[in-house]
Amino acid sequence: MSGDLLQISGLRAGYEKVEVLRGIDINVKRGEKVVILGPSGSGKSTLLKCIPYLVKPWSGEIRINGLVVNPDPAILRRIRASIGFVFQQYNLFPHMTVLRNVALPLELSKGMSRREAERIAQSVLDMLGLGELAGKYPLELSGGQQQRAAIARALAIDPKLLLLDEPTSALDPELRYEVVETLYQVAKQGRAMLIVTHELDFAEAAADRVVFIDEGLIVEEGDAREVLERPKKERTERFLRRLRSRHSG
Amino acid sequence: MDISRFLFQVLPYLMEGIPVTMQLTLLSFALGLALGSVLAAARVFGSKPLSIISRSYIEFFRGTPLLVQIFFIYFSLPAVGIRLDAFTASVIAIGFNSAAYQAEILRSAIKGIPEEQYLAAESLGMTTVQTYRFIIFPQAIRVATPALVNEFVALIKYTSLASIIGVAELFRRTEYMVSYTFMPEIYLLAAAIYLAICLPSSQFSKMLETRYAIPGYKRALV
Repeated sequence: MSGDLLQISGLRAGYEKVEVLRGIDINVKRGEKVVILGPSGSGKSTLLKCIPYLVKPWSGEIRINGLVVNPDPAILRRIRASIGFVFQQYNLFPHMTVLRNVALPLELSKGMSRREAERIAQSVLDMLGLGELAGKYPLELSGGQQQRAAIARALAIDPKLLLLDEPTSALDPELRYEVVETLYQVAKQGRAMLIVTHELDFAEAAADRVVFIDEGLIVEEGDAREVLERPKKERTERFLRRLRSRHSG
Repeated sequence: MDISRFLFQVLPYLMEGIPVTMQLTLLSFALGLALGSVLAAARVFGSKPLSIISRSYIEFFRGTPLLVQIFFIYFSLPAVGIRLDAFTASVIAIGFNSAAYQAEILRSAIKGIPEEQYLAAESLGMTTVQTYRFIIFPQAIRVATPALVNEFVALIKYTSLASIIGVAELFRRTEYMVSYTFMPEIYLLAAAIYLAICLPSSQFSKMLETRYAIPGYKRALV
């Protein structure tokens, strides 16, 4: 257990006075793909944002590679540079090209030269099939392309852990497909991933484990197929049924 | 009216005021930008007291007439031993006044950058300084540019107030010519000259906006 890449114990967090996470324990092993499911407002996104301290937890402990995440700026930077974060709304920097979006973090956080950073950025973009868009600006791209560029930006820093916060939820159904394809591609690379998503097909095919969260607590967790096909808890089952009927309808 | 006199005597005389008007404008705008940046920084990054000082400054200069500010600096400061020539007093008064407006333009531009941009920068391990330098400021300055150019055009016109304390800029020369020739239509000529200076500045603003616009940002040009 102690060798796990990510260890979260007793995590509580919220906004203002409202407690959103009420004591979460999750471990992620090296290379493991974990999908977090849960209704909106259940705290999934907050959980993800707590890991690199984008939202400051109220209490509990988060360890990455054994290092306790804390507000010390130097430690926080080191930890953030080892985690990739993909936002629901992509959050690319609109004033720089896709290439610069991907290269700049390498220059700033990893101290690379501009040339080296751009070489790596271009190779990551090429790998995800975005090579030709390197010179474009984010707002000139479709939502799906923007999200894939955001995934490239997160991957370029070569993170041990990739966090994805509903990467397809902001997209129209016909644009989701290309992002899901990219997710499959990334999942094959052997990098640990913690993904909040409603893409059940992806969860079933690519995830090792599924964690179902509701009202700030873990309701059920286990082997991905096990949970998705034979959920033990009634709440999980109800949620999955609703999600499936929405997708097929 | 004698056209040749108009063209060869009145017009050249007025036009000699243009460089003075432009110097007043450029210097007070630069002063306003420098001081405005400090004031905006104090409001965005400063401690509570610093922020209150900055805010009070802004409210004071926006809440009192520029003419009063010019008079105060030119006529009242000598009482405490600060004696300024009319040109310098005008630059300082107009610059201090503009600083209040420019500070607000800059502050709201910075505040207008969405929270998600900070989050994205933080998530990539950027320091606060790097976040502002590479992510926030470059976007904020693009947002602020049209409003700053508007302020510049406004200053061209405000500098006519310097005529009252005797700076020989465009309007002072106009008044002098009117009283010398008894031809009030010269005011119209002065207005035309101001317009001829301001119009290209507005065009320049649109050019800057287009050139530095963030590609894909579909924002109507004002």
